[in-house]
Order: sequence, then C-alpha cells, then structure tokens
Amino acid sequence: MSDIILKMNHITKEFSGVKALDDMNFQVKRGEIHALCGENGAGKSTLMNILSGVYPYGSYSGDVVYNGQKCQFHNIKDSESKGIVIIHQELALSPYLSIAENIFLGNEVASSAGVINWTKTAQKAKEMLAMVGLEKENINAPVNSLGVGKQQLIEIVKALGKKVDLLILDEPTAALNDEESRQLLDIMLQLKERGITCIIISHKLNELSYVADSITIIRDGKTIETLDKEDKFTEDRIIKGMVGREITNRYPPRESNVGDLVFEVKNWNVYHPNDEHRQVIKDISLQVRAGEVVGLAGLMGAGRTELAMSLFGKSYGQKISGQVFIKGTEVNMRSPREAIENKVAYVSEDRKTAGLIAIDDIKNNMTLAALRDFFSKKGVINKNEEILTAKKYMKLINIKANSIEQKVGSLSGGNQQKVVLAKWMITEPDILILDEPTRGIDVGAKYEIYSIINDLAKAGKAVIIISSEMPEIIGMCDRVYVINEGQIAGELGKEDLSQENIMKNIVAHNGKENK
Amino acid sequence: MESKKINLDMKKYGMVLAMIAIFLLFNILSDGKNATPMNINNLVMQNSYVVILATGMLLCVLTGNVDLGVGSIVALTGAICAIMVVDYGVPVPIAFLIVIVVGLICGMFAGFFIAYLEIPPFIVTLATMLMGRGLTYVALKAQTKGPLPAAYTMIGAGYLPTINIGTAEAPLDLLSIIVALVISVILILSELRSIRTKKKYGFEINPVWQTASKLVVILAILWFFMLKLASYRGMPIVLLLMAALIAIYQFITSQTIAGRNIYALGGNAKAAKLSGVNTKKVFFWVYTNMGLLSAIAGIVLSARNASATPKAGDGFEMDAIASCYIGGAATTGGVGTIIGAVVGALIMGILNNGMSLIGLSTDMQRVVKGCVLLGAVTVDLLSKRKK
Repeated sequence: MSDIILKMNHITKEFSGVKALDDMNFQVKRGEIHALCGENGAGKSTLMNILSGVYPYGSYSGDVVYNGQKCQFHNIKDSESKGIVIIHQELALSPYLSIAENIFLGNEVASSAGVINWTKTAQKAKEMLAMVGLEKENINAPVNSLGVGKQQLIEIVKALGKKVDLLILDEPTAALNDEESRQLLDIMLQLKERGITCIIISHKLNELSYVADSITIIRDGKTIETLDKEDKFTEDRIIKGMVGREITNRYPPRESNVGDLVFEVKNWNVYHPNDEHRQVIKDISLQVRAGEVVGLAGLMGAGRTELAMSLFGKSYGQKISGQVFIKGTEVNMRSPREAIENKVAYVSEDRKTAGLIAIDDIKNNMTLAALRDFFSKKGVINKNEEILTAKKYMKLINIKANSIEQKVGSLSGGNQQKVVLAKWMITEPDILILDEPTRGIDVGAKYEIYSIINDLAKAGKAVIIISSEMPEIIGMCDRVYVINEGQIAGELGKEDLSQENIMKNIVAHNGKENK
Repeated sequence: MESKKINLDMKKYGMVLAMIAIFLLFNILSDGKNATPMNINNLVMQNSYVVILATGMLLCVLTGNVDLGVGSIVALTGAICAIMVVDYGVPVPIAFLIVIVVGLICGMFAGFFIAYLEIPPFIVTLATMLMGRGLTYVALKAQTKGPLPAAYTMIGAGYLPTINIGTAEAPLDLLSIIVALVISVILILSELRSIRTKKKYGFEINPVWQTASKLVVILAILWFFMLKLASYRGMPIVLLLMAALIAIYQFITSQTIAGRNIYALGGNAKAAKLSGVNTKKVFFWVYTNMGLLSAIAGIVLSARNASATPKAGDGFEMDAIASCYIGGAATTGGVGTIIGAVVGALIMGILNNGMSLIGLSTDMQRVVKGCVLLGAVTVDLLSKRKK
C-alpha cells in the first residue's frame, strides 16, 4: 500500500449554479493528522460530505481515490464500509439512550436475528471507553448526563466501534473549553499512534499547530496550499492563506474614552433553576462605565452566561437577590422586556437556538426586540420604517446578503452574528452584554465584529464581553473580571492583562475554594 | 435573479391557482353544476364555519401546535346557546353574548394550562376535546335541541336585504353589486397607495404586470362570487361575518406586534423570549382566541341547522388543521398566512362540494381529502428541500 491514503482530484461541486468547490485537490498521508482550514463557506464541509458520501457519487465531478482505489460512494454506509467515519459538528447522539447503547447505535452487538447481546455490549463498551480515558463512567447512564466534552469523546468511541481507518472530525472542539479540548486533541494523538488517519476541521489555529502534521488551507472552493510540519505553521501564514490578505492586527485598535459609571451590580446571588440549593452565582459585584469594554473571563461553566442571563431580566435561575443600578438609579428588571426598556441588551452565546429565528428574514429578526419602542403605534407596525432601518443596518455593519428579505438561516455564521448584533443595536441600548460574540465565525468576520464593538464603545455604550478565547478578551477589553465557580476571582486592569494572569487568578481562587 | 423573483411570487399565489384549477375541473366533471348561483351560495354557507375556525387555528399552527378541542367547543357552545333560547327564552342577542363568553372561558382554560403550567397543547386540547364533547351530551341529554327561532337562524342561514334589478325568474341583487364595486375600488386604491409609499421611501416596486395580474385574479374571483350571489338570494349574512373576521385576522397577523410575536414564538421560542416577547402571554391569547372563534362557529352552525345536536362539529378541528397546512403553514410553526388558511379551507370546500355533485360517496370524499392534504404538504416540503 502506498503511504497516501486519500487523494481527491479535481473535485468540482455546484449548488444551483454556484461553485462550492472549484477543481479542488486534496491529499492525505496514511497515519497523519491532517488539518483542513478555511473561512466559513470556503468549502470544508462540502469536501468532507463528498468524501463520506453525503453528497453521492455523480453529484460532483472529479475522483475520490482511497487506498489506491477509485471510489463511488452513494451514501454514508458505503464510505463507512471502507473505514471512513465522519463526526459532524453537531452531536449525533440519542440523548436518553445509555452510553453503551449510543456507542453501538447502528452497529449493535447482536445475533443474526437482531437480538442484542447486552453482556457483550457492556463488556465491549467498557474496553472502548478505556481507550479515551472514560473507563470510570457508568455505561448505563443516559448519555446526556455527561458534559458536552465527554459526549464528544463518546462520538469518537462510537466511530472507533466501526473499525475506522480514516476519521474525520468537523470542528470537534467548537463547544469545548480549553481543558476538554486538550484532552480531545491528546486522544487524537493516541489514535494516530494506533495507525488511524485523522482529518480535522478547525478554526482554532493554536490547536492545529499542537496536533496537526500537515495543514491544507482552502479558500473559495480552491486549495491554496498544503503546509507540512517542517514548514512551520505560523498563525500569520495560515490566516493569510485563509483570508487572502495579511491581517497585521487581529484586534482593531481603540482609544478608550471611559466616562461615567453606567451599570453597577451589587451582591448578586443566583440559584440553579432546577435546584434551589445549588448556588450558581455567589455575591458578585461589578461596575461598567460608559465607553468601557469590560471582559468576563473564566473557564467554561464558571457561571458567566448564567450571570449575564440572570441580569438580563431574570432569564436564568431562581431566588435571585442583589441590586442593579443603571446610571445611579436602582432598577428591578423582571423580564427581558423590562431589561430592554431599561436599555440593556444581551447577545446570547448560541445564536442558533437563542438568538435568531432561522426561518424568518433579516428584517424581522433585526426589528423584533425594538418593535414596541421604535416601529409601532398602538400595536400596529410601521413596516416602511422597519425596511428603512433594516437596510440602514445591513449597510452599516456590512451584512452580506441578497436582500433584507433573505432568511437568516441561509446566511453564514458571521453574517448571522451581525444580524443578532444589529437587532440589539436597533434597541439603542446603553449597556450591551455580548456572550461569545465571535464563536464559530471566521477570522475576517471576527475582525469586523470587533470593529463594531469598538464603535459601540466609542459611542459611549457600556460593553460587557464574555469570551472563552482569552486572546480575544485580552485584545478587546479595558478591564477584566475573572469569574470562577460563580464568584469574582480577580479583577485585572489593561496593563495587567495577560493569559498567565487570568489563569493565575483562577488557579489561586480554586486553591482558596478547596481549603 | 429576475427569474427567481417571479418564481417566488408564483409560489405565493400557487394555492389560489390550484383552487381555481380544482374548481374548473369539477366544473367540467359536473357539467357546470358547481358554478350555478345556488351552488356558489351553498359553497359559502357550508364552509363558513371551517373558514372561521381555520383563521383561529392558523394562530395555533403558527406557534407550532394545534387545537384539537375545536369541534367539541363548537358543539358545546351551540348546545348551550340553543338550550338558553329554547328552554329558558333568553333573548337571542344576549344568548349569543353569553355563549361567546363561554367560548372565551373554554379558550382561557386551555390557554392557562398550556401557557402557565406548560402542559403540551396536544394533551390539553385532547382533554378539552373529550370534556367538551362529554359536556355537550350531558347538556343536551343526547337529544337534538330545536327548532330555533328565526332571529337565531338568521346569522347562519339569513341574507341581507336585496334590491332586485333583474326579473323574478332571473333576479339580480343591486346591493351585492354595490358591495363588489366598493371592495374593488378599495383594493385598487390600496394597491396604488402602497406603490406611492414605496416610491416615497425609495423601495423596490414589483413589476407592473405582476401587480396588475394579481389584482385581475383577485377581482375576477370577487366578481364571479358576487355576481353568482347577486343572481341567487343576495349576500348571506354569514359571508359578511366571515369577511370581517378574515380582514381582522389578516390585519393582526401581518400588521401588528401581537401578530409578529406569534410568528417569532413559532419560529424560535427561546430567541423570541430573549427578545422581549412574553411567550406565555402569546400562548394564552392564541388559545383564548381559538375558544372565541369556536363559539362564533358554534352559533353559526346551530343557526344554519336550526338546531343543536350532540354530534355537531365532529371532526371540524381536523378540517381546520388541514386547511392551514394545505394553505402553506409549516408543521414546525412560524410560517403561514391567514389568506393561505382561508384558501386551504376553500379548496377543501370546493373538493367536498364538487365530489358530492358528481355523486362520490362521503366515504370516498374523505379518501380524496386525505390525498389532497398529503399531496399539498409533500409538494410544499419537497420544493423547499430543493433549495
């Protein structure tokens, strides 16, 4: 066998006249971890869907050569029978089935008549879990009792159960925190040692340099270049390949012009919505001034989103206590509506499930939160004003779409995020809470979103950013609160901001908590 | 780009064209019997309650749910109204008012469980369906209650006064023609006004031929109906009621915050909530409103039958739900229009009526209706999937 496991030659794929892939070439060596990089919409997922048979043979032109053989996959079963397994970005687990049942879903340990052998299933499941360090989990527990990180590992275990030679991971760490991500990447390295070839799609460049042997960069459906480990992957080179231009500064500069105290929280306490004894937020006090960008740093699960949502009209939790002052006056916001009336905006971390109405158009999504205050009289909507405003914002923040009537579900991640931002800008807030404002969007769109945030701060808004990407927090914020286990573990000014200092605060706080 | 736009508009009016096609098909099959003035009149009268229910059901469907209790509430309200009028001599207008309040209370009952206790609407309305039907049998002691006085039956079977300008054999009602004229003028003026405002704001204007052909089709349908009615017994009162309800709900869904909130809730409840939509309130009022419209349909039905029967309204919920889906509403919620639901109801009505005229048994009619529902939704979903 040659040492090239996969060759995809001259692949062209069109969607109703638009070329998603344009004469693309892609090659993977046996036993390596090969990363696929590109902006959203560059064609990464399309390429992988062709490889795994989601787009059947005949719907594209070009050859897929796997193990030296030309392949014609008509569906996923075809590619899986050859040992190609794809793990999609969205988890494909059945939440209420047990861990063991999920591992063997579609691949059950059963007699020829279809009767499942539970003893063998349990035994095999245990063995396989040990390979990813999950041997301590109860295989009969429902899979949704695990955290997202561990569920992602279960996906990998599931793939391993299928005798996989080539494993494709589509943004496996998108929903994971640093620690979980590292664990997953280490498991990939272990798989490599066992001779499994991996293709990983990811936006996180630091992860790629940690794990990948070679990186193929694609842009606009074309292969730009393939880098080998010896070439050294520098972030700048990868970014340049992805966006076609040199990004000298990933964070646009901003002169901070901090004004009066706008938003103040005193002694905020929140309990878990389903468990009144579990305190999620403990005695948090914070202040944000006009024109200031304040970051909330912390690990996943530290309670930052919970804090933000509980502040935004008590959208999270129960038994909430504490005081909120806006421009010196105490306010009590009991619903998102009241928060909006008090000029507070919250851009949620998950635009798909909590930010956008995918089947509705750009215009209606943009104006939803401001309908009552800006676009209506006695409950009747002024549609013309709506259209004007939507057009204005589409231009203002550069949303790429055919028209304001386009459904937001058909936009790219970056443009969707801009629609959510526009929705809240239209409410003319004084205080903006942005929860993971750049999650899952490409480098170019990130830069644009940072610029919008800077403009908002310049206009005198008080901005709070929650982000799991520490460079983003450090690059964007004037001041940072480090949150850990529902408490403020520390506060850092611009001059002290560094990844080390944030981690130091968390570690020191963990130490205190454990005593 | 240009051709795409035209297709989109064609899709919007596709259901109307389908309705016309079905009507023409039965016109041929029944040797023109389905276009006689009397039959057009029957078409309006027979389908009025389904149309009324479909407007309310659309709101439920927009939230991504249905109301199964509709048929039972129709029967219950009809029964209570008939009992009050026949057994207790309650004046008809007061009886109507009381029954409308009863309908509201039934709707609020379901709405309370759905909105504030977060019980799935399917379960709650399945329960109201059983309870409503049971209470109807109890109230009527499983007997038919009737006959009802003329003041009562007017609303379901009566006509507006007519001014005959034809002959005794071939009557022609001036009032119907005047109404048709007035509506035509209003439609044309409002279209012109919308073009003017679009110009004022500098928005894109649809090609003239599109606007014109849309108007021509609408006006042709209007005049066809009104002339047929004019040469029978004039305008049924129930038509007036129906038209008013359609206009009100079309306005609510397309022009008001309340309407937009329903669409937002159906499209993504969580996102709507975080955008300041009071989702509980929306749910509560959508189901309360369904109760109100069920009561109105209950009055109309008992009036038309001149009696209340315990079996009245059986299966109406399914007709109303089917109308919404045939009219292009999405099962997942967030997509659909009042006009679509009304056209859906009319398509079902034309099918029923046409099949009766050509002598198909009611059993076969059900089979055909099932096929049409399945076909319409399948075509709709497949065409969406292609995109």
